[in-house]
Amino acid sequence: MSHPLAVKTENLGRIYKIRNNRKEKQRELVALENVNLEIREGELFGLLGPNGAGKTTLIKILTTLLAPTSGKAWVAGLDVTRQPAEVRKRINMVSGGETSGYGLLTVRENLWMFAQFYGIPSAEANRRIKKLAEIVGIADRLNTKSSDLSTGLRQKMNIIRGFLTDPEVLFLDEPTLGLDVGASRDVRSFIRRWMDENPHRTLLLTTHYMVEADELCDRVAIINQGRVLACDTPAHLKQNLRHEVFFQVWVVAPHLLEDFAFLQINGVKHFHQSPEEDSLRLDITLEEEAVLSEVINELTAQSARILRLEKREPTLEDVFVQLVGQRMEEVENVAVPAD
Amino acid sequence: MKGAAMQKSVNLRSFLTASWLGWQIESNWTDPFLFATYSIIKPVAGAAILVLMYSIVTQGNFGSPVFAYLYLGNAFYQYVPAVLTGVSWTIIDDREHYRTLKYIYTAPVNIPFYLFGRAVAKFIVGTFGVVITIAAGVLFLNVPLDWSRVNWPLFLIALVSGIVMLAVSGLILAGITLRTARHSYYIGDVVAGGLFLFTGAIFPLEVLPAWLRPVGYFLPITYWLELIRRSLVGTVAEAFPTFTALSNGHLLLILIGSSLIFGIASIFIFRFCDHQARERGLIDQTTNY
Ligand SMILES: Nc1ncnc2c1ncn2[C@@H]1O[C@H](COP(=O)(O)OP(=O)(O)OP(=O)(O)O)[C@@H](O)[C@H]1O
Ligand SMILES: [Mg+2]
Repeated sequence: MSHPLAVKTENLGRIYKIRNNRKEKQRELVALENVNLEIREGELFGLLGPNGAGKTTLIKILTTLLAPTSGKAWVAGLDVTRQPAEVRKRINMVSGGETSGYGLLTVRENLWMFAQFYGIPSAEANRRIKKLAEIVGIADRLNTKSSDLSTGLRQKMNIIRGFLTDPEVLFLDEPTLGLDVGASRDVRSFIRRWMDENPHRTLLLTTHYMVEADELCDRVAIINQGRVLACDTPAHLKQNLRHEVFFQVWVVAPHLLEDFAFLQINGVKHFHQSPEEDSLRLDITLEEEAVLSEVINELTAQSARILRLEKREPTLEDVFVQLVGQRMEEVENVAVPAD
Repeated sequence: MKGAAMQKSVNLRSFLTASWLGWQIESNWTDPFLFATYSIIKPVAGAAILVLMYSIVTQGNFGSPVFAYLYLGNAFYQYVPAVLTGVSWTIIDDREHYRTLKYIYTAPVNIPFYLFGRAVAKFIVGTFGVVITIAAGVLFLNVPLDWSRVNWPLFLIALVSGIVMLAVSGLILAGITLRTARHSYYIGDVVAGGLFLFTGAIFPLEVLPAWLRPVGYFLPITYWLELIRRSLVGTVAEAFPTFTALSNGHLLLILIGSSLIFGIASIFIFRFCDHQARERGLIDQTTNY
């Protein structure tokens, strides 16, 4: 069977009906709306979006855990709602930031057991487990009960579980969430290597780390509030911003700056300040470099002393800002409902 | 043809791997002595309470066929909660405790066979309890079990059909558990406890008010227990009026027929619940308390 597209969605939508208690009326929450994606075989595809954007919801639909409320989706050419059993033979999934697993089994036993479900012969399974454990750096812990592992090590075990079955399409939901910097880097480079090893493998990962999407992915879809806002290679996405100039400025100021005054300057497209340890970091987007002098004047007027000023290349964060009008962390601060 | 063979191997794999896992979990008692004690004390204590009540009510008339009737019925009824819970509990255990249910689901696993596999260990531990209870009855309480007169073929056929019947019925409870995001930890025990009095386990159905008896006639468990008793101590069981009109063959036919009906219904109910769970996103829902 030939299926040039590893993943395809057509007007995919998902609405959750939620009710916090019996008395309350049911309300509807649109988690995904009209999502149309086409991921080719061999692609390392990233879904980038803030908390609550709908990334996990999309992964759940594609991995047959959740039914869509509208639209359709195919994985490896198979309809996820109609042929879930067939889809499951070809996929695997890992979600980061959780501690799943049978704690009373050793790491090796946990992994071996999952390999059994996929019909991988024992010897082959053990060979792969050993190899993957070495790459991920838990080879010395294979005989440890998984309940005795730290959260990060458990996550590494889970990551191995995903790769162990050599799926046609692998779904990783925030694979580096909760891992330290070094471990994240290892996981990222392993993902890249795994993809390079075999051109038929396809990998869909979600993240809300810009760098991860930028460094790792062949193509990225930016998703916010259930909608795909843009979908392209990181380079192309950033190229749309080639006419703008990005500065990062660190200042010391007696108090927070008046955003408004900066945004009023003609040619300032975006201004955002975030307090850091001993300074304020300003992210400024200008239409042209010449506007910088006016910004500096305004800084002086607000008694801010410049520590450092850098011109930088556009990032996916800037792409997000251009699409949504806010930085991702700003969206997240608003989106998280009080619970 | 090839597809069918592959499906068969998926089912078998799901069952065997789950049995292995179930046994690892069930036998993971850090202290084997504690494990053995628990497996002995629990069934024996249950039987002891019953024997005590019986002896008070009948002033110690252990020779009566009623005693053998109730003792054996109670002993084998232990399989009911063991298997029902064994099959349905896994849903909660995997979803809430190990948080692996979604990974089992996204793997090429046949979930009903997986659940049956996980129940095997509970079945084995249950069997241990049944054997201990019967041994205690024969050794200390004169339960009239004459090994040379046991109808072994009938016993084995009845036992196996009964266990299969309980396992598929467990799917109904598993389905309900899957559909309810909240804890339904004891559903197997609750249902087993609720049916205890309606299945002729410790007294014939005639003892029940007439309007409650149909419950017993409707449940395959009733016929199963009767067959087990007949195969083990034919004369005692035949002393009771409920099923005297029916031969062993008849009873077996009814047991298998009603199990089939229950089995088909269970599969449909489970599929329906499974479908709903996917619609509502309950497969990986945990109730973080
Ligand atoms: N089972 C559920 N019932 C009701 N609402 C849900 C459920 N699961 C998710 N949601 C809501 O759907 C929206 C999308 O959630 P989703 O988990 O897909 O986001 P996400 O992009 O994965 O976010 P994060 O980065 O935080 O993981 C959110 O508003 C979330 O609250
Ligand atoms: Mg998520």
